[in-house]
Amino acid sequence: MEQTTTTVMLTLLGMALVTYLPRLLPAWFLRGRELPPFLVAWLRYVPVAVLAALLLPSLLVSDGTLALKWDNLYLWAAVPAIFTAWKTRNMFATVLVGMFVVALARLVLGL
Amino acid sequence: MNESNTLSNKMQAIAPALPVVMGYLPIGFAYGVLAINAGLSVLETVAMSVIVYAGSAQLMAVSLFEAGINPFSIIATTFIVNLRHLLMSASLAPYMERWQKGQVAAFCYELTDESFGVHSLRFAKGETEAPRALAINLTCQLAWVGGTLLGALAGGLITDVKPFALDYALPAMFIALLVLQIKSKRHLLVALIGGALSMAFWLGHVTQWNVILATVLAAAVGAGVETWNKQPQP
Repeated sequence: MEQTTTTVMLTLLGMALVTYLPRLLPAWFLRGRELPPFLVAWLRYVPVAVLAALLLPSLLVSDGTLALKWDNLYLWAAVPAIFTAWKTRNMFATVLVGMFVVALARLVLGL
Repeated sequence: MNESNTLSNKMQAIAPALPVVMGYLPIGFAYGVLAINAGLSVLETVAMSVIVYAGSAQLMAVSLFEAGINPFSIIATTFIVNLRHLLMSASLAPYMERWQKGQVAAFCYELTDESFGVHSLRFAKGETEAPRALAINLTCQLAWVGGTLLGALAGGLITDVKPFALDYALPAMFIALLVLQIKSKRHLLVALIGGALSMAFWLGHVTQWNVILATVLAAAVGAGVETWNKQPQP
């Protein structure tokens, strides 16, 4: 179904608003405020928790299904990528190694 | 001569954005191609990258637009998919104590999973100056919008972004961001629990909320263990 430009644009504005508010409000109201020690500790563990929670499904899920098979290139390419990140502490090097391994596997193995 | 204004210093200031740019150009491009193929105009496609600026939600919205889903459902889905930024914004809040309100508003507008990963590392090292953080964010979004525009213009000509493994740029960046965050056994524990719970919720068909629930619980375990260890031992 085709939607009119006005409808699409209004929808985009709605999407923008509901995306921006969760990004803004916590920083806006929590900064410079004295927080309970447990909450401060909890906030410090959010980055590692949220990155892991985002990453694992992106490696294990393919086309909406669990892909634990040998041809799941995303998963196997994570091994050299993790090793590179751990050894070099360098994001750029990790991205290059990851992409190189995936490109090579597709070229050589035809995955 | 003002050294801080030389070109090489400016480039150095935004260097942390480089891996994000590497990831955003191809994914933005892919989004642009998909949006055009789904029937959105070039203007609508680019507008979404400018005013919404949220990769996974944009890709999801494209498929919803294509299926003719009503606007309120699209907005509600976007809200749920992007709600995780609530946690990221909260976790960066303590570092923005001395920023001006306008700086906070601008920074949060461009707070994505990837820019969050970059800034949470930088801020923890004490690199919390607002102008540089804003420059890094702007660079990231320019890459996203630029990739989108190129993809939208290429339109139906290209349907596959798999050559050159461009589709692996973002997963690889998340791997690096996560590994760099792990500084102790407790971090590793939280990461393992976060990843495992996220998968468990996903397999339990809690597919929109899995990231948020897993994050809340895994971070609580980390904070719980830390608080417990600080208690005076009897």
